[in-house]
Amino acid sequence: MDQVKIIEIKKSIFANNDQDAEKLRKELKVKGVYLLNLMSSPGSGKTTTLIQTINRLKDKIKIAVMEADIDSDVDAIKIKEATGIPSIQLHTGGMCHLDAEMTRQGLDNVPMEGVDLVILENVGNLVCPAEFDTGAVRNAMILSVPEGEDKPLKYPLMFSICDVVVINKMDVLPYFDFNLEKCKEYIHMRNPKAQVIPICAKTGEGVDAFAAWLLNQVQEWKKQ
Amino acid sequence: MHELGIVFYIIRDVKEAAQEHGVEHVNAVVMNIGEVSTVVPEYLTDCWRWAADKEDMLKGCELKVNIIPAVTYCENCGAKYPTVQHGKICPECGSEKTYLLQGNEVEIKEIEV
Repeated sequence: MDQVKIIEIKKSIFANNDQDAEKLRKELKVKGVYLLNLMSSPGSGKTTTLIQTINRLKDKIKIAVMEADIDSDVDAIKIKEATGIPSIQLHTGGMCHLDAEMTRQGLDNVPMEGVDLVILENVGNLVCPAEFDTGAVRNAMILSVPEGEDKPLKYPLMFSICDVVVINKMDVLPYFDFNLEKCKEYIHMRNPKAQVIPICAKTGEGVDAFAAWLLNQVQEWKKQ
Repeated sequence: MHELGIVFYIIRDVKEAAQEHGVEHVNAVVMNIGEVSTVVPEYLTDCWRWAADKEDMLKGCELKVNIIPAVTYCENCGAKYPTVQHGKICPECGSEKTYLLQGNEVEIKEIEV
């Protein structure tokens, strides 16, 4: 009978990805390119928010967008048509998230000449993308009013890794039992440092504040 | 829902470790999965069967899961309590200043060859 031999490994399966992500971040730093990882549930208004934000910033800095989806290229086309900036579509092939290696492969296909800011629109999902460091400089997420104020309690990891939480669809607030103050309280329970920016991507209300945060981030990243 | 992706990572790391040790076939992989790691063990083993059998080195290889209980520590009163039952708020003193001691692990403990 064959003897069973045990080889101890004791290694987190995220360890390789964390290393890849750290390496990518360093390379981006050298190139002076800021990568933002934008996450949310499906239907929270990521693409509409991006279009509004890009149109406020595109004369000041050079921007490119990577859209990640399980399938289709509707978002990439929408962004390109509405803003005129380069936008590529990544297909995750059924996977629910992007990791650092997939992000790197995506960046290889972006026309990077003179680009200051790359926005990665991650797969719409509040669970898996939070687990995998993409190599982005900062994480931001969009929570929309119809989703409910309790989401920070249900998806704690997502809220704990985001530097900014944009609350979208503020125009429908009167029709939902959504308490903005309660929501902020829940977010800060998970992440005391998270900045909360209420907006309405449809009307553009509040988008200036998010655009200003992002512009400042990009400028600081290039300065240091 | 992300279990298949995680299975691909496990396969990559196990193959790497097996090659390092000059092993040709792995009989079992033992995982440490934390209670609040967001990984569902049943989905993980289902995905594993499907994906592992496509690899010569891992045909028939069993995935064993050790569940690591989630424990939270309260900075305010020093209590250690089960996270799943009580969440973020300390049941002893009501403080929110708590952090997870263990329970979010997704790691390969060992392989049997």
